[in-house]
Amino acid sequence: MTTLIVVLCIILAVIVFLQIGKLTELTAKIRGEKNAQYASNRWNSVLGMIFMIVFLLYCIISAYDMKNYMLGFGPHSAASEHGGALDSVFKITLFFTGIVFVITHVLLFWFTYKYHGKEGSKAKFISHDNKLEVIWTAVPAIVMTFLVVGGLNAWNKVMVDVKPDEKVLEVEATAYQFAWTLRYPGADGLLGTKNYKLIGGSNDIGQDWTDSKNYDDFKADKLVLPVGQKVRIRIVARDVLHNFYLPQFRVKMDAVPGMPTYFVFTPVKTTEEYRAELKKYPEYNEPSDPKDPNGKKKWETFEYELACAELCGNGHFSMRREVKIVSQEEYNKWVSEQKSFYLTSIRNTDDDPNKGKKLAIDPVETVKDTTKVNVVEPVKEIK
Amino acid sequence: MSAIANHPETHEDILIREQGFDDHFHDHHHGDKFQSNFITKYIFSQDHKMISKQFLITGMLWAIIGAGMSIIFRLQLGFPEESLLWLKPLLGKWITVNSEGVGKLAPEFYYALVTMHGTIIVFFVLTAGLSGTFSNLLIPLQIGARDMASGFLNMLSYWFFFLSSIVMFYSMFLSTGPFSGGWTAYPPLSALPQASDGSKTGMTLWLVSLTFFVVSVLLGGINYITTVLNLRTKGMTMWRMPLTIWAFFVTAILGLLSFPVLVSGFFLLMFDRGMGTSFYLSEIYVNGKALENVGGSPILYQHLFWFLGHPEVYIIILPAMGLVSEVLSVHTRKPIFGYKAMVFSILAIGFLSFIVWAHHMFMSGVNPFLSNFFVIFTLIIAVPSAVKVFNWIATIYGGNLRLNSPSLFAIGFVSLFISGGLTGIFLGNSAIDIQMHDTYFVVAHFHIVMGVAAFFGMFAGVYHWFPKLYGRFMNDTLGKIHFWGTLIGAYAIFWPMHYIGMAGVPRRYYSYDNFETFNHFAKINQFITIAACVVFLLQILFVVNFFYSIWKGKVVTERNPWESSTLEWTTPIEHIHGNWPGNIPTVHRWPYDYAKDGKDYICQVEPLGVGEEDSGSH
Ligand code: HEM
Ligand SMILES: [Cu+2]
Ligand SMILES: [Cu+2]
Repeated sequence: MTTLIVVLCIILAVIVFLQIGKLTELTAKIRGEKNAQYASNRWNSVLGMIFMIVFLLYCIISAYDMKNYMLGFGPHSAASEHGGALDSVFKITLFFTGIVFVITHVLLFWFTYKYHGKEGSKAKFISHDNKLEVIWTAVPAIVMTFLVVGGLNAWNKVMVDVKPDEKVLEVEATAYQFAWTLRYPGADGLLGTKNYKLIGGSNDIGQDWTDSKNYDDFKADKLVLPVGQKVRIRIVARDVLHNFYLPQFRVKMDAVPGMPTYFVFTPVKTTEEYRAELKKYPEYNEPSDPKDPNGKKKWETFEYELACAELCGNGHFSMRREVKIVSQEEYNKWVSEQKSFYLTSIRNTDDDPNKGKKLAIDPVETVKDTTKVNVVEPVKEIK
Repeated sequence: MSAIANHPETHEDILIREQGFDDHFHDHHHGDKFQSNFITKYIFSQDHKMISKQFLITGMLWAIIGAGMSIIFRLQLGFPEESLLWLKPLLGKWITVNSEGVGKLAPEFYYALVTMHGTIIVFFVLTAGLSGTFSNLLIPLQIGARDMASGFLNMLSYWFFFLSSIVMFYSMFLSTGPFSGGWTAYPPLSALPQASDGSKTGMTLWLVSLTFFVVSVLLGGINYITTVLNLRTKGMTMWRMPLTIWAFFVTAILGLLSFPVLVSGFFLLMFDRGMGTSFYLSEIYVNGKALENVGGSPILYQHLFWFLGHPEVYIIILPAMGLVSEVLSVHTRKPIFGYKAMVFSILAIGFLSFIVWAHHMFMSGVNPFLSNFFVIFTLIIAVPSAVKVFNWIATIYGGNLRLNSPSLFAIGFVSLFISGGLTGIFLGNSAIDIQMHDTYFVVAHFHIVMGVAAFFGMFAGVYHWFPKLYGRFMNDTLGKIHFWGTLIGAYAIFWPMHYIGMAGVPRRYYSYDNFETFNHFAKINQFITIAACVVFLLQILFVVNFFYSIWKGKVVTERNPWESSTLEWTTPIEHIHGNWPGNIPTVHRWPYDYAKDGKDYICQVEPLGVGEEDSGSH
């Protein structure tokens, strides 16, 4: 029934519009085509001015209104060391493009208004102006150079891999349809080798149990990282393309089957610090669950999140993992509570190639000595 | 040809009769083998004007389908709680009904819709519908040719497009659904039937369809290039060609050089899918099984795809730019400002568009060092783009502007191209792209700069050349309603997406409920969906106006209703085979002599006066 009414309404509207159209054509005939065109010119050029003013105001006001969601403004300044550099390239670009946007729009609609055809008006014959053209080729070129230099400077700093002797925590994120497996290196600071052919059963990423580096590796259901510690995420995909995306940290990198990628970054704000920042903004002081107005506020329930940013199939939108940035002490404590996956789930089961044998090295079941920052092997080993 | 004989001979007719070029063309009045019966006239026509209409109408049908799909998936994004049960009669099993009787759009169908929407709009509407229509209509008419170099290839070009359309349309009715891995079809998702239902037969048909499509583009392109190079009439030097022709010409070259690369990428994908090769596949474990394939690289596909993909966006926008340049000049009654600069910027954009492709792949895992080059080239491309914008604005300066549907759409195009081009400068800078890649910011960018802008160029063209196509006018008042509504509506849809994108919300998400970071924008999403529905209805108004005007529109009584100086308006209003009844025109001047020497306009066939210099020669 409602569908029918809607359809009827649309048909009616179309008929009304057609009649309006025909009517104006008729009146144009009566008033004379020329005069009708002049009237139309006047009207539409005025509409153009109104549009320009309203549109520019809308852009400015809405930008102001949404500034708390923009890079580098409000609470969403980057939570990583490198993020600030990107945010400032963003701001500089916003500044320049904003100026160009306003000027060109003002000119476009102002000229349309000023030079609309009127009784007796004539166009000028202006075919080109070399000087002007040189200027407006050169100016954008200079601005672009400026932006390129700033941008590439930031880019080349952000994207470098770790140096061979650098102390860094390496964590592995394996994406598959439609979740992530997060693997930590354990006490030795090294991730054990893998082979995709070994995937199966509880071994969801294909760890090779003959490699002793795997004995102490543990898996986590959250990405927990110590604040201020340089992290190298080894990003791996098991089936199709995915993308390791941490919005607040300005981290994004495709996960490619057969080709591990990486992203190196240093978190600088703990989850708690970020929450405290959010608390200052009214939109985060609303209840987090609309059905429970007295429950926790949005800033209190805020968590950093890991998302997938490359279409990977029908469940692409659901690949969420919580990310916790904590102090070094909390991190140490958390690590000490984690259990080696091999020792708890594989050791001496039928899946264990070392079943009944003594292990080559004595594995540390949990990391006791966490003051020993995990050291990664030289880069050539990083796969 | 009695109808033509009835028209009084115009000044241009006399010039063409007396000074035109006699190419010994014989107009076969009745026994014309090319248009002798219904089938050869309307269906397997080899006449460029008819083929142009075929492309236009097929493109419009696809546009309605493609836009309709976007409305359905926007409903999901704007009103995720709302029941879509009422769509069940149309969509069948794709609407799942839960125990409370609430109808939901299935995620796999959401992704199928998004994928089909992108494929259809990019390829079928804005490539075939735009280039196919206007290159076909205008190249012969504006350069003074009887027809395309090969009418037969031209006909094949349309029919390959048609075949491709049929295959794609059929794929939507498969039980496993059409392809659903995004219009870019990245493997391994598109290579592995196990990974997604859409990657089963749907993907096979998608590949087959687009392969036919490429054949169509190539046949068309060879024809356009040959025609422009070889069939220009006497006096029509390259520097006297209207900017439309320059744009179509460069577009065709881009297509000819880039589409074959896409097909090669497709072929490798087909081999991976059907013959066990490993071009794109390596170390994959899917659906409980480790595949044998090793050594391939999914990134190879991305290189092949974007080597077409980036030129493709210019294949879409260049014709629109050409149309807009022409329409603006005619309706401002002024020469286009900086004709040569316009041509050189088209050429520069065309060249540069081949060396920027990897800006779509900054975050794909390619060596970050390589990105340096692509950032530089990408931001260089902004310079000729900026030059074009300044030239359009300068064209309006000092004009005597006739504001009607075509010129309004041309002005709207300029606004949109500015807005969308400027956001390109953010994305082209790889440092910003780390955050912006695959977010709604990209969606906003390319819909404004390519999607809506190209549609505006197309609308400007359709309103402007409708009298040439059908011998009638489209209703101008409805056109203006269409324009203002669409301009405001399009910005209402896509402007807020910038903000959502800056906040980090990824594109291609069926639902934002899972993420606290992304679920703040329910109101904005509702607003966008409502705006999209309004804009969609306005396009229906355009379609109604279009078909109504074909039969009932105001009849064109003067040959040259816009007082334009280009050649297409020297042909008779009725379409005849061979375009000009007698001689073809001889050209004496550039196409933009408006407001020169106190004359409103001077047709290209008008010989230069004594001591007069061709204004286009410097
Ligand atoms: C000022 C010049 C421009 C620059 C610097 C620029 C830059 C970019 C960049 C870097 C991207 C990739 C964003 C990402 O995926 O992260 C992009 C996406 C895109 N651009 Fe542009 N662009 C410009 C103009 C245009 C024009 C004129 C068009 C079309 C007519 C266009 C169409 C597109 C499309 C379709 C995409 C997205 C494709 C997809 O991922 O689905 N761009 N642009
Ligand atoms: Cu995904
Ligand atoms: Cu591109």
